[in-house]
Amino acid sequence: MAFKENSTAPAVRVDDEDGQAVLRLSGDWVVNRLTECEAALVGASSGKGSLHLDLSSLEGLDTSGAWVIHRYRGSQEFDGRRVVIDGMDANQQTLFHELELHHPAAFKPDRPRYSLADFLEGWGRVTVEAGRDGLAMLHILGSLGTVLAATLIQPKRLRSVSAAVQFDRTCIGAVPIILLMSFLIGVIISQQGGFYLRQFGADLYVVDLAGVLVLREIGVILTAIMVAGRSGSAITAELGAMRMREEVDALHVIGLRVTEVLILPRVLALMLAVPILTFLSDMASLFGSGLVAWAYLDIAPQPFLDRLQATVTMQTFFVGLVKAPFMALIVGLIASVEGLKVEGSTESLGKRTTLAVVKAIFLVIVVDGIFAVFFAAIGV
Amino acid sequence: MQDLVSTDQNNASAPEAGSSGGENSAILSVRDVTVGFGPKIILDKLDLDVRQGEILGFVGGSGTGKSVLMRTILGLTRKRKGTIRVFGKDMDTASEEELAIIHKRWGVLFQQGALFSSLTVKQNIQVPMREHLKISQRLMDELAILKLELVGLSADAADKFPSELSGGMIKRAALARALALDPDLVFLDEPTSGLDPIGAAAFDSLIGKLSRTLGLTVYMVTHDLDSLASVCDRIAVLGDKKVLAIGTLDDMMKNDHPWIESYFRGERALRRV
Repeated sequence: MAFKENSTAPAVRVDDEDGQAVLRLSGDWVVNRLTECEAALVGASSGKGSLHLDLSSLEGLDTSGAWVIHRYRGSQEFDGRRVVIDGMDANQQTLFHELELHHPAAFKPDRPRYSLADFLEGWGRVTVEAGRDGLAMLHILGSLGTVLAATLIQPKRLRSVSAAVQFDRTCIGAVPIILLMSFLIGVIISQQGGFYLRQFGADLYVVDLAGVLVLREIGVILTAIMVAGRSGSAITAELGAMRMREEVDALHVIGLRVTEVLILPRVLALMLAVPILTFLSDMASLFGSGLVAWAYLDIAPQPFLDRLQATVTMQTFFVGLVKAPFMALIVGLIASVEGLKVEGSTESLGKRTTLAVVKAIFLVIVVDGIFAVFFAAIGV
Repeated sequence: MQDLVSTDQNNASAPEAGSSGGENSAILSVRDVTVGFGPKIILDKLDLDVRQGEILGFVGGSGTGKSVLMRTILGLTRKRKGTIRVFGKDMDTASEEELAIIHKRWGVLFQQGALFSSLTVKQNIQVPMREHLKISQRLMDELAILKLELVGLSADAADKFPSELSGGMIKRAALARALALDPDLVFLDEPTSGLDPIGAAAFDSLIGKLSRTLGLTVYMVTHDLDSLASVCDRIAVLGDKKVLAIGTLDDMMKNDHPWIESYFRGERALRRV
């Protein structure tokens, strides 16, 4: 009965019959006219005597309209008036009867919270949450350790197919974008560095700049960030969706360890993929910077390579590469932890995926800083 | 199908059943609809009429396309050909405004409930109200609780999230959302599956009561023989890519089609009906 296309406006006519107020309701009391229904009744009658609601000239009535009438009746009775409703047909009577059976509780508007307390509570929650996060990561790391140990004893327990599929997605699928991005970064470093160094006539130092910067830091960080955005989010979303659909619970009940079945293959694939991608990223960046050096600074490939060989040692190369598995571990762990924290709603899935990527990128940079301090301390 | 007799009490003026008549009183009419995925044809030249005010039960074996037909009517699955008229409007040629009105006038209960998981039950029920009506928060809250109570949920479920509800409660909450705008036509996809028999019976009687008091038309996909027997005015059987038969339960009991016979007169059915 809702949304009658040619509905007539609800109206109330107030008559006075023998000292008794009579409200004659007419028109369509239906859901698309609700505001008018409410307005029609407001202040319709404010006497003290008994009240008579006549519904016989109603054209349409649905639950929403009936509720407005019913509520008006309740409020009038609360004011101490006797209210009689009549003129209903059998269906309307049933409708009012149903309403009476399922009377909603009185409306209580939400009270806004005190903002300072809210603010402090928010910070408290964030702090506790951060602590729990750390614990959860340690938990998964520990459980990953035991699972890894078990797999070393019984190599059959490694889900090799699953790991291979994950490797295909995280590594091989990422090659084109990593190559392209790194190539462009190499181009930019070389061009920007060259622009300033040329003013001092120190063009050739572009090779040092690009070589050291790319191999030690940029290659691995960029790769880790790209992998966090690409594969970390995918892992969180996959695990999260599995949690929402109780698939993770099903694994538990069947007696499989989530760490072994879901997390280990993904983390292993990542730890294998990120070093490879880092190497490719290094090469693409150097290629890009070599091209710019040639075109923009007139350093031919042969002198570029000679200079590179002189300044960049294997140590520089490995300082970058050795960080890669750690970055992969961080991305994998955070993605898994966040994925398993997803609750029932789609909103939490989105939130966890965002958090996974943000935390992973943040931690990748923090860990890179820690490595820098460490390498400085041991004099590398 | 011409020999099937209507026993629709609510709509005495309804013309004879069958695919040829009923254009005027049919709130929903499906003509010549063909749906297929790739080379596979699911529904072939299907005709169906749903009359104003009736409760139509839809049965058919698993995988015969009951859900596909419902989704096609709702415009969620593309059809290859044919026309679907809802409230007298052709869904393919209806303007944006006409479609908007159709969307306000129907309610859908999906099989899994399809409640918005990031909203509470109350907010879920209020989604259509908020979108289509301009009414106060107070009235929305009251109506949401009223609908919840109507479908048999207590008011304290209102502030729960769908993930905190049991399967039966999700069904009820989803029905409350489908009824939020007091629709004229509701589509129910297996509304009583997963409910206990008492809950299912209450659900059926609620549907019956709503249909009688509000003139609600119900299109119900169900396998619950009790629902079919207790509330459905007519039953349609889907098979061989079309509607095999449509009519009352008595008509179904007399039908000789092997599937219909085993469905309505099989051992399991005879124990219950």
